Amino acid sequence: MKTMQPNRRLLGLLRKESLQILRDPSSIAIAFVLPAVLLLLFGYGVSLDSKGVPVGFVVMQPGAEAASFVGAFQHSTYFAPRVYRTRQAGREALRAREVTGLVVLSADFAQRLKADREAPIQVLVNGVDANSARLLEGYVQGVWAVWLQRELTARQIAIATPVAVQARIWFNPELRSRNYLVPGLLVVNMTLVGALLTAMVFAREWERGTLEALLVTPVTVNEILIGKILPYFVLGMGGMVLSVAMAVFQFGVPLRGSLWVLAVCATLFLLAALGMGLLISIVTRNQFVAGMIAILAAFLPAFLLSGFLFDIGSMPAVVGVITHIVAARYFVTIVQTLFLAGDVWAVILPNAAALALMATFFLGLSRRLLRKRIE
Amino acid sequence: MFAHLLALTIKEFLALFKDKRSRMVIIVPPLIQLLVFGYAASFDLNAVHYAVYDRDHGHASRELLARFQGSPTFVLAGQISRQDEIAALIDDRDVLLVLQVGPDFTADLTAGRTGQLQVLIDGRNSNSAQIALNDVNQIVSRFNADWIAAHGLQGAPVNLVSRAWYNPNLESRWFFVTGLVGLLTMVVTMMVTSLSVAREREQGTFDQLLVTPLHPAEILIGKAMPGLLIGVFEASLVALLAVYWFGVPFQGELWVLYLGILFFVLAAVGVGLMISSLALTLQQALLGAFLFLVPAVVLSGFATPIDNMTPAVQLLTLVDPLRYYLIILRGVFLEGAGFDRLYHQLWPLALIAAATLGTAGWLFRNRLGSH
Repeated sequence: MKTMQPNRRLLGLLRKESLQILRDPSSIAIAFVLPAVLLLLFGYGVSLDSKGVPVGFVVMQPGAEAASFVGAFQHSTYFAPRVYRTRQAGREALRAREVTGLVVLSADFAQRLKADREAPIQVLVNGVDANSARLLEGYVQGVWAVWLQRELTARQIAIATPVAVQARIWFNPELRSRNYLVPGLLVVNMTLVGALLTAMVFAREWERGTLEALLVTPVTVNEILIGKILPYFVLGMGGMVLSVAMAVFQFGVPLRGSLWVLAVCATLFLLAALGMGLLISIVTRNQFVAGMIAILAAFLPAFLLSGFLFDIGSMPAVVGVITHIVAARYFVTIVQTLFLAGDVWAVILPNAAALALMATFFLGLSRRLLRKRIE
Repeated sequence: MFAHLLALTIKEFLALFKDKRSRMVIIVPPLIQLLVFGYAASFDLNAVHYAVYDRDHGHASRELLARFQGSPTFVLAGQISRQDEIAALIDDRDVLLVLQVGPDFTADLTAGRTGQLQVLIDGRNSNSAQIALNDVNQIVSRFNADWIAAHGLQGAPVNLVSRAWYNPNLESRWFFVTGLVGLLTMVVTMMVTSLSVAREREQGTFDQLLVTPLHPAEILIGKAMPGLLIGVFEASLVALLAVYWFGVPFQGELWVLYLGILFFVLAAVGVGLMISSLALTLQQALLGAFLFLVPAVVLSGFATPIDNMTPAVQLLTLVDPLRYYLIILRGVFLEGAGFDRLYHQLWPLALIAAATLGTAGWLFRNRLGSH
């Protein structure tokens, strides 16, 4: 009987926490609805792959060459070409953001093409979105080079190409941005449940005094911690399973690594995130402050400092150092490798070790602070 | 009427600011975030680690490879001498790409044939891969042009001249810092307003407010004021930081920017109040705000261009206030766009603000009284 008692207490706590989650629609929404919405948006809607980019062409002197050049763009799915008759009209469209780039063919395009080496084509891009602008320049250059080559071959002019670049892209040969964004979302989704939801739910209990009430009962610190963490752990893993299933079955992202490695790493990451959420709530004990801090210290970094969107190696050294305390960073690296490359131990082991370290740190610190409060 | 509003506004500010930590989290973190994220958020690559597998060692390959070593973008991680070393380097993320030069490279080039430069690149992050590949192509095409000129060959007869408007050096930091100005304004405004009604309701003080002689419209305005003032203040602060710290140019007119800020903050306040009056607890309100914030950021064109989205999703972005605000911010800061060119962004924003504030007012009258 004596050995049964702590288990009964724990079960009671678990039941209480689970009921609390189930009765509040906002927890379920954060754990399942938001992840699903994000997955659908990133899977179907949002991507970094240019497609149907509106590009204007200024053709002042229509002719066979100009038509064939513009035609080369019409065949590509990257572009949605529009033709303007005057430079004025084209520039106005670029200014009004109707097109993101403008290809201006000079009036004597055909003659210059045959005669001299001077540029008959000017490319103007809207540089506000620098990344898209640069990719657009690259695409235009590519289409131009192919078209020119064909044109010259037809006229039997041989031109020298000293070096040709032959690119082989590993792991993601079509360069589908979905293949790395959707696995990365896994990390964002688990951060939502682990850090944000946990921080807010516990902060609420502190604010309302129900946690203090719990502390005066005979339950131990460990029981409280397990009772708190386990239900959210289950919720977070549920979100993970949903995310992985949608990534693989719905969006056709390859999963080349093994499932058990993914499960182990996800467990470590979720524990680190939960520990962080717990710590935020214990330190702040105020829902609003906990929510703000969870967004600023956990959620936004998971998006911006984790390597999910932006390359960590290119960040300034100071920011690069900061990324090391972002748990999401390690999990993003693991997830991208597991999905697209496979079980590469040289990548997985050090990152998993870092996750384990962070989980131990956050959970350990939370436990200490919680114990301090009881004493 | 005015005295009522003033009293209510003061009360709301006191409720928000009586806690020192609440004051802190409203002002300090967004500034730190802008500093950290402003440096982090960029698609530009400046440290592409690469390895070289040179099977030629002729003068042409040396000349070509020297250009990569001289480039500020590329960092040479090492030379390899066997084919089977490549896989481990890329798999383990030691390098992003491996340049492989075939054994006949120099011989091909001197004979006027085309030499092959094989680029093996890690596609796990497809965006970085694509940008790095673009950089490789640029270096190679400059090499080609120089080689053709030096050896008197017949090159391509013409070239493109490319120019970028508004951002001549194509710095993606300018794009993201202006985006962060919008993002942080929205986060702070929404969090502040969404808690306003819900917290009073949770503590039971909202009913007391309802039995005062205050008109529901007055309560609504009183609740909207902290979010509005804090939002405008926050937006000004981060905008100043963007200009004076990050050196983002400010080309447009201040009054157009503030018109945009005002409409946007009002729209965010409206959404926040709607969520707040629907929520039963503070927790629901804050999580509800989050449920709106995240898709709003994803759909806004903050990082992923709206042009790349599928048509159905593009339609969805039309109701996202952040979408218009980001265009206004980037328009005013970078393009120097005036009222005439931002008019088409300002009126939808005003419309969204009117709709959300109107709905919030309706909810105040119809939902809150009954509880």
